[in-house]
Amino acid sequence: MPNSTSILSPIDVERIRKEFPILHQQVNGRDLVYFDNAATSQKPAYVIQALTDYYQGYNANIHRGIHTLAERATKAYEATRLTAQQFINAASEQEIIFTRGVTESINLVASSYGRAFLREGDEIILSGLEHHSNIVPWQMVAAEKKAILKIIPVTDEGELDLDGYKKLLTSKTKIIAVNHASNSLGTINPVKEIIQLAHQLGAVVLIDGAQAGAHLPIDVQKMDCDFYCLSSHKMYGPTGTGILYGKKELLEKMPPYQGGGEMIKEVTFEKTTYNDLPYKFEAGTPNIADVIAFKFAMDFITELGKENIAAHEHDLLLYATQQILKLPAVKLVGTATQKVSVLSFRVEGIHHFDIGQMLDARGIAVRTGHHCTQPLMDRYGIEGTVRASFSVYNTKAEIDQLIEGLERIINFMK
Amino acid sequence: MTINQVQDEIIQEFALLDGDREMTVFYIMELGQKLPAIEDRDRTEENVVKGCQSKVWLTATMKNNGLYFSADSNTAITKGLVSLLIRIFTNQTPDDILHADLYFMNKIGMERFIGTQRSNGFAAMIKQMKLYALAFKTKMEIRHD
Repeated sequence: MPNSTSILSPIDVERIRKEFPILHQQVNGRDLVYFDNAATSQKPAYVIQALTDYYQGYNANIHRGIHTLAERATKAYEATRLTAQQFINAASEQEIIFTRGVTESINLVASSYGRAFLREGDEIILSGLEHHSNIVPWQMVAAEKKAILKIIPVTDEGELDLDGYKKLLTSKTKIIAVNHASNSLGTINPVKEIIQLAHQLGAVVLIDGAQAGAHLPIDVQKMDCDFYCLSSHKMYGPTGTGILYGKKELLEKMPPYQGGGEMIKEVTFEKTTYNDLPYKFEAGTPNIADVIAFKFAMDFITELGKENIAAHEHDLLLYATQQILKLPAVKLVGTATQKVSVLSFRVEGIHHFDIGQMLDARGIAVRTGHHCTQPLMDRYGIEGTVRASFSVYNTKAEIDQLIEGLERIINFMK
Repeated sequence: MTINQVQDEIIQEFALLDGDREMTVFYIMELGQKLPAIEDRDRTEENVVKGCQSKVWLTATMKNNGLYFSADSNTAITKGLVSLLIRIFTNQTPDDILHADLYFMNKIGMERFIGTQRSNGFAAMIKQMKLYALAFKTKMEIRHD
């Protein structure tokens, strides 16, 4: 485990890299350069160890068992809830619901809150920067409830047009769902302002925090969001788990999302009474192992210090931006003033798939395509981009390798 | 040359690359650059191969019982890949194309260096070429009847 560090102490990348076994391998004959962190981050050894420890030492179903293993598993599972509560500064552990990740969290809110409280003609506001995960669940509930979707416009730089947003707000506005940071462009959105304006009209706001979890400080009380969603796997944790934060008074009035074990208090064939929060929303045996290991991932972030991580990643982003702009024919997509460490770009005359494949041949992992944000790509009239996204374990030397790879590709294609 | 002779030639050429991933990718793109351009009138939605992540236009004509394909793609690597197929199938009979066993793919380790998604796209191109062969074969048979 890394030692606790004070605010803005520099990141010791070499020491951190030692914690990530996967980074120490060759891909296609070269040292792996992993720049696909916005898709999923790598996992430190002790997160992986936590999974093994659970399965080898105390695998048991949680909450209802009275034997020792069940007790240990329940304690470890609930310890993650406490850590998550502190991680986002929620007012209560009851406001933390474990889900499979951001996608399921959004589906839960759209399905449970949306179906219960939306009426015909009500309006849902999304932004032009959203991932399909934060579009499709709303389209589904809107179609069912005959509600209307409205979209906050995006500027050429990739920022949300706040004046445009203000114009969309009406007395019919019931839900606003936007991301904290854009997965395609990296733009950090002014969520606090968005939430304040929405609350003036009594609308609720859901924030998709998929790209913020590992990079930005999150304080749901200060932000005053109504729902906040996180995915463990983008935060050095295992896949298949994540969090839905919801304000207690909202979660209490929402109907359950799925039925089954764990979420009930009493079942007869005539009537079922539901369990209290947060269990009302956790039907069935949950993803115990991954939830337990998720705590270690959040601890990793907290112990390094989010500010320190953000400073290191910002440094990488600045360096990468400077270096890549020296190359001919490179165009950045998304030049917002506030960005997480996502560098989306295009090279004139070379398809992004070709670039991705050629970089892979040099052991460099980037993402290519529309990044599950087709409406955003349409906004720019492009099919996709190449996206390099940086994490705490990346280095400037790796960025140099990316630039060198791009240089070779550009020269070859001339 | 028969289909298998051309395949063997390709296998030999790829062997020279000695498994170097970057050289292989560059080589495939070079092959694509040499592919004659498709006629503008053939660059239609109808001629787009379904199932490819990249856009691929493919069309075929027949001369003296042999098929002639032309193709283009919006990505350089895919264009190189389709050029390999064109080289193998050019001036072959519909029957030979329909019955061709494309063992060169395994021999050069294609799936390893193009990945699953492009492999699926590659399979779609082969299917489309075989469909052309079938169509021309049927046309010939009707004419003979």
